Amino acid sequence: MTMTEGAPVDPDAAPIPKVSFDATPESYRHWQLEIDGDLAWLRLDVDESAGLVPGYELKMNSYDLGVDIELYDATQRLRFEHPQVRAVVVTSGKDRNFCAGANIRMLAQSSHPWKVNFCKFTNETRNGIEDATEHSGQTYLAAVNGSAAGGGYELALACDEILLIDDNSSSVSLPEVPLLGVLPGTGGLTRVIDKRRVRKDRADVFSTRSEGIRGRQAVEWKLVDETIPKRAWDSTVRERAAEAAARSNRPRPDSGARGIALTPLQREATADGIRYRHVQARFDRAQGLVEITIDGPSGGVPESLSRVHELGDTFWPLAMARELDDLILRLRINELELGTWVIRTRGDVGDALALERLIAQHSRDDWLVGEIRHYFKRVLKRLDVTSRSLIALIEPGSCFAGALLELALACDRQYMLDGTLDEDAGEQSDEAQILLSESNFGVFPMGNGLSRLASRFYGDDDHVAKLRQEIGRRIEAREAFELGLVTDAPDDIDWDDEIRIMLEERASLSPDALTGMEANLRFVGPETMETRIFGRLTAWQNWIFTRPSASGPEGALRRYGTGRKADFDRKRV
Amino acid sequence: MAINYGEKIPNNVDLASDRKLQRALESWQPNFLNWWKTMGPALPTHDVYLRTAVDVGKEGWAQFGHVAMEEYRWGVFLAERGDDRRIAFGEQKGEPVWQQVPGEYRADLQRLIVIQGDTEPASVEQQRRLGETAPSLYDLRNLFQVNVEEGRHLWAMVYLLHAYFGRNGREEAEALLQRNSGDLDSPRILGAFNEETPDWLSFFMFTYFTDRDGKYQLGTLKESAFDPLSRTCEFMLKEEAHHMFVGTTGIDRVVARTAELTREHDTEEVGPHGGIPLDVIQRYINFHYSVSLDLFGSEQSTNAANYFTAGLKGRWQEERRRDDHQLTEDTTRIDLVRDGQVTTQEVPALLALNHDLQTEYVKDCQSGLKRWNRVLEKAGIDRRLTLPHIGFNRRVGLFAEHHITPAGDLVGADVWEAGHDRWLPSAADKEHVRSLMRPVYEPGKIAGWIAPPSNGINGKPFEYEYVHLA
Repeated sequence: MTMTEGAPVDPDAAPIPKVSFDATPESYRHWQLEIDGDLAWLRLDVDESAGLVPGYELKMNSYDLGVDIELYDATQRLRFEHPQVRAVVVTSGKDRNFCAGANIRMLAQSSHPWKVNFCKFTNETRNGIEDATEHSGQTYLAAVNGSAAGGGYELALACDEILLIDDNSSSVSLPEVPLLGVLPGTGGLTRVIDKRRVRKDRADVFSTRSEGIRGRQAVEWKLVDETIPKRAWDSTVRERAAEAAARSNRPRPDSGARGIALTPLQREATADGIRYRHVQARFDRAQGLVEITIDGPSGGVPESLSRVHELGDTFWPLAMARELDDLILRLRINELELGTWVIRTRGDVGDALALERLIAQHSRDDWLVGEIRHYFKRVLKRLDVTSRSLIALIEPGSCFAGALLELALACDRQYMLDGTLDEDAGEQSDEAQILLSESNFGVFPMGNGLSRLASRFYGDDDHVAKLRQEIGRRIEAREAFELGLVTDAPDDIDWDDEIRIMLEERASLSPDALTGMEANLRFVGPETMETRIFGRLTAWQNWIFTRPSASGPEGALRRYGTGRKADFDRKRV
Repeated sequence: MAINYGEKIPNNVDLASDRKLQRALESWQPNFLNWWKTMGPALPTHDVYLRTAVDVGKEGWAQFGHVAMEEYRWGVFLAERGDDRRIAFGEQKGEPVWQQVPGEYRADLQRLIVIQGDTEPASVEQQRRLGETAPSLYDLRNLFQVNVEEGRHLWAMVYLLHAYFGRNGREEAEALLQRNSGDLDSPRILGAFNEETPDWLSFFMFTYFTDRDGKYQLGTLKESAFDPLSRTCEFMLKEEAHHMFVGTTGIDRVVARTAELTREHDTEEVGPHGGIPLDVIQRYINFHYSVSLDLFGSEQSTNAANYFTAGLKGRWQEERRRDDHQLTEDTTRIDLVRDGQVTTQEVPALLALNHDLQTEYVKDCQSGLKRWNRVLEKAGIDRRLTLPHIGFNRRVGLFAEHHITPAGDLVGADVWEAGHDRWLPSAADKEHVRSLMRPVYEPGKIAGWIAPPSNGINGKPFEYEYVHLA
């Protein structure tokens, strides 16, 4: 931790480093990915000296954002590049240490936004692991071959099975509350009770006992599924992995299924924006906004599945999703002051829909098409939990149809131009249209388990049913407005002013209040483990992060490892 | 409906090539004319000798001629300005002024414009029956001139709403015609504009005191960082000056006639001789002055402070003030009641901006009193007219909860009730004034309760036939 004489540096005053999310297995510093028939081994072996930013050492297999960026990359590659992998074993490459969780010195020296973004990303990656188990037949097992503390145990919790080595010393623990004065914030508290069904009083004991729990009690309390003696460790882990693999519906190794390569993204990043092949972002720093344009598919739509596989990561839906995913991640962590994202699409509604049909037809019988669908679902979910004002502008020449319409529905507001703008009148005389497809009725559910339309019209199933009858029809602005699909439909004369004033007005509001408001409004209805992790656990964690008991100069997080005791604000709030 | 814009709607805002404005005005104009027909002057006329602004320059702003009132050409004008105007006050002092509404201030600016706009047609509604009792054709013409110009001021505010506030602005412009003075369901926004103007003494008082409030409000908006608003108000102020003139000289002439009758009959009781006694004039002053003070809002106002800091609304003659124009550290003293006494208290200057404007207004009102007292002095009458204490008869602000006499004494409810009819127009006063209101439509003739003007309009004699009745 960077310290000056006596007084610690205020983390929130320090500049925030710029982050890239690019990674390839060849460049991993912290993980080893080994493919072994229908099994894969993900070994965490953190390089202490390879922290993402200077100022801390990643001791005891602790992690920072850099470690998690590699993990995210590995989980994505396992799904796209390795269709035959049916079970993934997450384990440690170090002796006696599975993972010690997020590095404390890193947290202590990080600004508030950095901590929040870090936690959000790790949460999304862990949700992705569960998504792979649930939807891709790629079951994750945690082979906890040493102590798993805090985020280390939370990583294990994201797996379908937790196997703990029974060496009389390795334990699982959530020591955040007793040691650091913060929460196990990457799903720990939620998964212990929601997913593992640990009784709440036991969960309370467990979460305040810094040394954790091991052996038989860990199994009794359902904190792990099984403890395995050291000598039987390797064979039993392999056995359990093979059992999980046997249950999978993924292609068998002998099926001839071949993965596609996720090649590095082509990206041109400048001070004014980021440009990919299908996605562009233009920064307007004066206005505090980003104009994001997503291009629809250009040219012909592939006619066959074999062509889709041949195109691989250049197949438009996948290429676009990867670019958008990367853009969201970069903007979230690198561009904190661009508080409004204005989202447009550009392209042919018909082409967008043809592609859509292809995906709809094959997302169940073809592993790649299925993976693309679930990936786009995850990208949309990333958008749902993004703490920026999201505004969709639906203009002539746009292609908000089906899956792409989900982008607009994910936004806080949708504005659709009624008519055409003067300058379009010549070549582009078609009015803006949107189009509903099956995709809008549950193919890409939100974290609350509902489609974005069902969330939008929560409690009004009749209206959703009525909208279902509109599938396939081109809907223009007035009608979209009447159907409740857009917030407003200004005409050509009003358009520029209305949009400008709306965006300026938005930019003038309190960013914190907007984040809170948007997060509340985006998720209606049922709670799921996912919404509880983002809506409850994270919100509490972010509150604690700003409180003196954790992050003040005398707070537990800042004092950890200094030999001095934390000085709490004793008032219960 | 096609409109020949340059001809029908004189303007210097390039209406002919602005589709957005055209569309907005095309739907608004018929509603405006409809409003004018139903809520405007009730007295049928053939034509009226009116001044029409066709341009902002010296030549253009005052073109005189007889026109049928419903064919009056209500125009849209912004004062001409240099390109380099800077914000004169508030947090953004020194930055270039805004040619567009910043989204951050949309709601506040729209509110300010709507409130200002709402007063303009209100007075037309309040005065709609006055034509039926005009003391002369000259006065009738002045009434109509004031009316059409209030109508034009409504246009000016509607122009801003149409040109800069999108659909929301159009809806607000529509609502300006839907609220009506004194309407129980949909009244005008400010209380004073729901009071009727039942007689010509009230009309002169209104144009002197209440329109003067308008002048000061426009003066603060003239300082606005939103340049189109600033320029609109600057031009409106020019016309507003005429309304002040009608009020000032109107009261001059009432006082002069009263003085004349006093000497003629050697009594202050001029009522039986067809005049308006000075006591009654004083009570009308007391009433109109106090309700106009209420229009300034509460002396202490965080809204006014926010508007100032944001650059939306400045102080009267902001640029001539010698301070930092931000006022974050300054204090000022305001009058209030504390511990049973009328006293003063030091408060942050930013929070006392309404008080500041009110103070400027009070000074300005004093000049009218001086003028009328000179008329009395010249006539050899010792009696003087005065402005009541600022706490007298207030419904808004720091004095609203207290009873203050015109002399400034804090009194209880019983004393207040007992003195009420000595301080404010009584039913008998109103009845007397009303009894004098008989129309005089013959050119060159005038009612007995008011003296003729010393000059006519635009060099025309008093006898000129300013209005042709239908």
